[in-house]
Amino acid sequence: MPVIEVDHLRKQYRDLVAVDDLSFTVERGEIFGILGPNGAGKTTTVEIIEGLRTPDGGTARVLGLDPWRDRAELRRRVGAQLQESELPEKLKVREAMELYSSFYDEPADSERLLDDLGLADKRDTSYGKLSGGQKQRLSIALALVGDPELAILDELTTGLDPNARRDTWELIEQIRDRGVTVVLVTHVMEEAERLADRVALIDGGRLVAIDTPAGLVSRIDAEQRLRFRPSAPLDDRLLTDLPEVREVTRRGSWVLVTGAGDLLQAVTAVLARNHIVAADLRTEQASLDDAFVALTGRRLDHRPPAGQPERSSSQ
Amino acid sequence: MSRLTKLTLTEAKLFWRDPTGWFFALAFPPLLLLILGSVPAFREPDAELAGLRVIDLYVPILVGFVLAMLAISVLPSYLATYREKGILRRLSVTPVPPSRLLQAQLAMGLAMALGAVTLVIGLGVVVFDTALPEQLLGFLVAFVLAAASLYALGLLVAAVAPSGKAAAGIGTVLWFPIMFFAGLWVPREAMPDIVNRVGDFTPLGAGVQAMRDAWSGSWPDPLHLAVMAAFAIGASLAAARLFRWE
Repeated sequence: MPVIEVDHLRKQYRDLVAVDDLSFTVERGEIFGILGPNGAGKTTTVEIIEGLRTPDGGTARVLGLDPWRDRAELRRRVGAQLQESELPEKLKVREAMELYSSFYDEPADSERLLDDLGLADKRDTSYGKLSGGQKQRLSIALALVGDPELAILDELTTGLDPNARRDTWELIEQIRDRGVTVVLVTHVMEEAERLADRVALIDGGRLVAIDTPAGLVSRIDAEQRLRFRPSAPLDDRLLTDLPEVREVTRRGSWVLVTGAGDLLQAVTAVLARNHIVAADLRTEQASLDDAFVALTGRRLDHRPPAGQPERSSSQ
Repeated sequence: MSRLTKLTLTEAKLFWRDPTGWFFALAFPPLLLLILGSVPAFREPDAELAGLRVIDLYVPILVGFVLAMLAISVLPSYLATYREKGILRRLSVTPVPPSRLLQAQLAMGLAMALGAVTLVIGLGVVVFDTALPEQLLGFLVAFVLAAASLYALGLLVAAVAPSGKAAAGIGTVLWFPIMFFAGLWVPREAMPDIVNRVGDFTPLGAGVQAMRDAWSGSWPDPLHLAVMAAFAIGASLAAARLFRWE
């Protein structure tokens, strides 16, 4: 049974259709990315999944439950991290963990969670004195303190600097490795590309595509380029005979190859068979970013992170 | 420990870490009683005050002070801050609904109020030989209704204030007229009749007079009890209608 089944979901606010005929499933144990620009309907979708809103049409099932009708049961089994939610300034890390774990019948081990999240030495620090990265990690810890089967994390690296962001990503992989299914809502392409097993691309409330990050990239059949300096004379036909290769040009000692599909693999294999080393090999590959542009006709909104980016200091 | 108890204790801890809150609500009223009582003239019976001493009049006024501080100033600023910071919203995705936090705030506030009121009345009795309320049941009814009307107003402020700062501001603006009619600056006994007529229709003008009457042995005026009940019901209905959890 899938962990989440969303079927023809629809939600409208007055004249604005926030979610329009959206369907997808999330399987147990995967990191599922919901990716789209701001205002694409991502948050509305997860709010329906979390049982905070009712859909106007279609259905959502989470762990076999109706998220609205069975929300009491849902709250015990799903951990959620909300966008822009804080804690009282003077509440200490340890107290926050104790309080939130008292909400659950069988909570996770708070001390271990704090250790795993690198907050062990911040136990007695007030929330107001934590850095942005530490606040974000505490908020992840609170989402996991109920030992959930499913964790929904909404824009979890907003406001973090690149280092803190990468640390957080490692954390999410650890969470998945414990067997927790993770739904990751993001407008950061790099985040989805790095973490998600599968990605749902959403734009204007509609599902644009759903696939693995690599699958999405390969769909757009973008041209790839690579260049290298061969260690020995090279007959161009060795390369042009390959189905992946479209064109071979030379510039001085450099060979430039353009093509599609698994170009790098095909070219290096043929060079290896001919005992030629490709020195200074460089590739230019399409990214999920390019895939998004190709599939939706527009760029993701790269809005600057809100507030002052901070580097967590406890590392 | 029940979840509500745990939440209430956590709220109490946070309240203690905020010195301005507990100083004005809990420490200031007993302190003010001691300061007023240290003025010799305020410890002399005054014919113009029906033979009472100024210090006698201030015990119920300071009881009202404690309630007004906690209900109008402290409670709305906490609740509106919790909403502004998404703390209420965060709770709504846990097994504990955000309404539990409101209950915890009320429980914590009432416990603090009972403590401070006991301290004010006790200090009066021990240090200045003020009386205990003669009509005890009447006093309890007046006290409960005064608390209910002020807490209902506090919840209404929390409902309409867009932020914690706004709630604190609205609370302060409301607090001054409420305490003026309660007689904090000039006791009702020394105020012009016309002012007291207006004051009869405010929560603590009615509340302090009702407690005052019970103190001297008579049952509170039904008008005063009705005014407080009307504030309690009206403001809590409006608050329930307007309150937003996010």
